[in-house]
Amino acid sequence: MSEAMTAARPAATAGAGAPIIELRGVSKRFSRSLDFAAKLARRLGAPVREDVVHAVDGVDLTIHKGEVVGLVGESGCGKSTLGRMVAGIMPPSAGTVLRNGQDITTLGGAEARLGKLRTQMIFQDPYASLNPRMKVTEIVGEAPLVHGLVRRAGLDAYVDAQLRRAGLDPAFKRRYPHQFSGGQRQRIGIARALAVQPDFLVCDEAVAALDVSIQAQILNLFMQLRRELDLTYLFISHDLGVVEHLSDRVVIMYLGRVVEEAPVAEIFQRANHPYTQALLAEVPRIDARKRAFAGVKGEIPSPINPPSGCHFHPRCPFAMERCRVERPALREIAPGHRSACHLNDRV
Amino acid sequence: MNDTAPTLEVRELRTHFFTRAGVVKAVDDVSFTVRRGKVLGLVGESGSGKTVTGFSIIGLVDPPGRIAGGQILFQGKDLASLSEAEMRHLRGNRIAMIFQDPMMTLNPVLRIDTQMIETVQAHAKVSREEARQRARDALGQVGIPSPDERLKSYPHQFSGGMRQRVAIAIALLHKPDLIIADEPTTALDVTIQGQILAEAQKLCAETGTALIWITHDLSVVAGLADDIAVMYAGKVVESGPVSQVLDAPLHPYTVGLIGSVPSRNRRGEPLRQIPGMTPSLLNLPEGCAFRSRCPRAEPNCAVPPPMPEYRPGRFARCIHPHLEEAVAA
Repeated sequence: MSEAMTAARPAATAGAGAPIIELRGVSKRFSRSLDFAAKLARRLGAPVREDVVHAVDGVDLTIHKGEVVGLVGESGCGKSTLGRMVAGIMPPSAGTVLRNGQDITTLGGAEARLGKLRTQMIFQDPYASLNPRMKVTEIVGEAPLVHGLVRRAGLDAYVDAQLRRAGLDPAFKRRYPHQFSGGQRQRIGIARALAVQPDFLVCDEAVAALDVSIQAQILNLFMQLRRELDLTYLFISHDLGVVEHLSDRVVIMYLGRVVEEAPVAEIFQRANHPYTQALLAEVPRIDARKRAFAGVKGEIPSPINPPSGCHFHPRCPFAMERCRVERPALREIAPGHRSACHLNDRV
Repeated sequence: MNDTAPTLEVRELRTHFFTRAGVVKAVDDVSFTVRRGKVLGLVGESGSGKTVTGFSIIGLVDPPGRIAGGQILFQGKDLASLSEAEMRHLRGNRIAMIFQDPMMTLNPVLRIDTQMIETVQAHAKVSREEARQRARDALGQVGIPSPDERLKSYPHQFSGGMRQRVAIAIALLHKPDLIIADEPTTALDVTIQGQILAEAQKLCAETGTALIWITHDLSVVAGLADDIAVMYAGKVVESGPVSQVLDAPLHPYTVGLIGSVPSRNRRGEPLRQIPGMTPSLLNLPEGCAFRSRCPRAEPNCAVPPPMPEYRPGRFARCIHPHLEEAVAA
C-alpha cells in the first residue's frame, strides 16, 4: 500500500503530469449594493462607498494531473471561494481559469458541461449537502442517468457499484439521508460525486465535521480512491495534520492571497513565510507533550478593509516599513517553493 | 483548603435520561480526580457523554435527565446532594463553565459591562464601580486590548475568538477553584486556539485553578493536559497521566483513537481506523460497549469488564489490554 503511494508521489512532486487546472490572476470580489438611502446620500455628496470584500485577490495556481494539493488557511481567507471557482460553480470577477488548457468561460455548451461534470465537489456538511427528501439511490443515480452515463436498465447495478466503492452497503439504498450517521452521509456525498466519473475532486473541509475515528475512515477512502481511479484532488482544510497526511503539495492562503506554496515535506521542514511558520507552530500535535502555547499576536483582520501592503504585517514579528506599503510578490525561493515575503529580498 | 486534597473527585457518576424510548445512560460509571493547578483532558467522540459529565458536575442536567448514582466531591463536599440554592452559590463562583459556543454564556442584547457587573455582584457584595473594575481587570487578563472601551460593546461586536475570551473572562471573575471547559476552542482558528490555550495554561499555573478540558481532539490534550480520561459510550474506558496514556495506551479503543490521528511520521500511509461506528446509547451491547468494533474481542467480553488500576493512577476498563506494548514503552 505504501509502495503505491511512493510510486505515485515522485511523478506528482516533479509536476510531470499535465496541468489539469490553471488559475491566472484569479480574483473574486463580493460587494453589497447600496440601498436607496445610501444612494441618495451619495448623490448629495456624502462619502458613501460600497463595501467590497476581496475574498480572493489575484491568485495563480496550477494543479497537475494525479496530484493532491492541500489548500490551507483560517476562516475568511478565501479558500472555499477559491475552491468554488476551481470547481466552476462560481465565476471569477477577474482572471482566467483554465481546465486542461482551455478557458472554462469561453467553452461552449457540451464542452463546458463535460468540464463541469469531470470536476466534482465534496462539501463540509454532510447534513446540508444531501437532499433530505430523496432516497440514496436517487441522490447517487440521478446525475449519471441525466447525463447519459448509464441507461435506465443498468442504473440499479451502477448505483450499487458506486455505493460499494464508497464503502456503503447497497442494501440501504432505499433509505433517506436522515437514516444515516455523519460518516455514512459523507460516503453518500462521495458516491454521488464519483457517480459521474470525474477526474478531479474539490474537497471543501470534507472531514472537518466528522469524529476522529470516522475521519480516519474517510481519509483512507480518499487515498484508496485516488489510487483506484487516478483522481486529482484539491483538498481544502484548516487542519494542517490532515493536509500533511494527504497532500503532495501545500498552498497557504491568508486574507485572499496565496502567501506560500511548496511540496509538503518542504513546507513542514522549511516554512518560509512568517505566517506559515506561526501557523505550523500553533498546530497541536499528539506527540508534543505539555508544551507552552504562545499564540500569534492579534486577530485575523477583516477582509473588507485589509491592511495595506503585506496583509500579514500587523501581526508579523519581522514587519518592516516596506511591508506596510508594498504588496510582496509570490516568488520562487527554491525549486517548487514559492513565498510572498519581502524578507526574502534581503541578503 | 488542604493543598494535597483533590479539588474535584468524581466517583462512579451515573447520569441517566429517562426518555419515552427508554433509559439513555449518557454517563454510566465515570470516575476521575482533578488536583489544584492541574489540567484533566476529558476525551471522547460525539455522544460519548463527556459534555453530560461536565453538566452533571456544575448541576445543569435538565429533566428527563438526572444524576442516578455516584458522588461528585468538590473540595470534599458532595455536589450531587446539595440543594439548588447551595449549588447556585457555588456555580459561577467557585466552579465555572466555558462552553463551545460563547453565546451560551453571553446575552446578545446586553452590553458586556452589564453582564459582567451582574456576575460579580451575584456573588460578591461590592459597589458597582468596584465590580466594573474587576470586570475590566478580567478582560485585560485574557488579553483583550483596550478593555475600558470593550466593556461598552455588545457581544455581536466581537469576533469569535474575542467572544470566547469574554466568556473566559466571565468564568474567571471570582477566581474559581474549578473551571470546566467544554470544547472551548473547537470553533476557533488555529492561531486563535493557540492564544486561548496559552491563556488557559497561564491561568492554571498562576492561580492554581483546576481545569477540566473537554475535547474530541487528542492533539490539544497532548499539549495541554496533565492527566487524561478517555470516554466511550458513557464510560471512562482508560485514564492516567497524559504521556502514559498516549505513549502506551492500554484500551483497544484508545489505541484505535490514537491511530486515527494523522501524525507526522506515517505520512501518506493508511490511517489505522476503527471499524463501524459508536453504538446507540439506547441499546448498548451487554458487557464491553466497544466489543463489536474491537479487534481483540472474545466471547467473555460480554461480561461487563472491571476497571483495575494497572499502576498508580493508571486505569483501563478492558480484560485484554495492550499490556505488552505498555511494558515495552
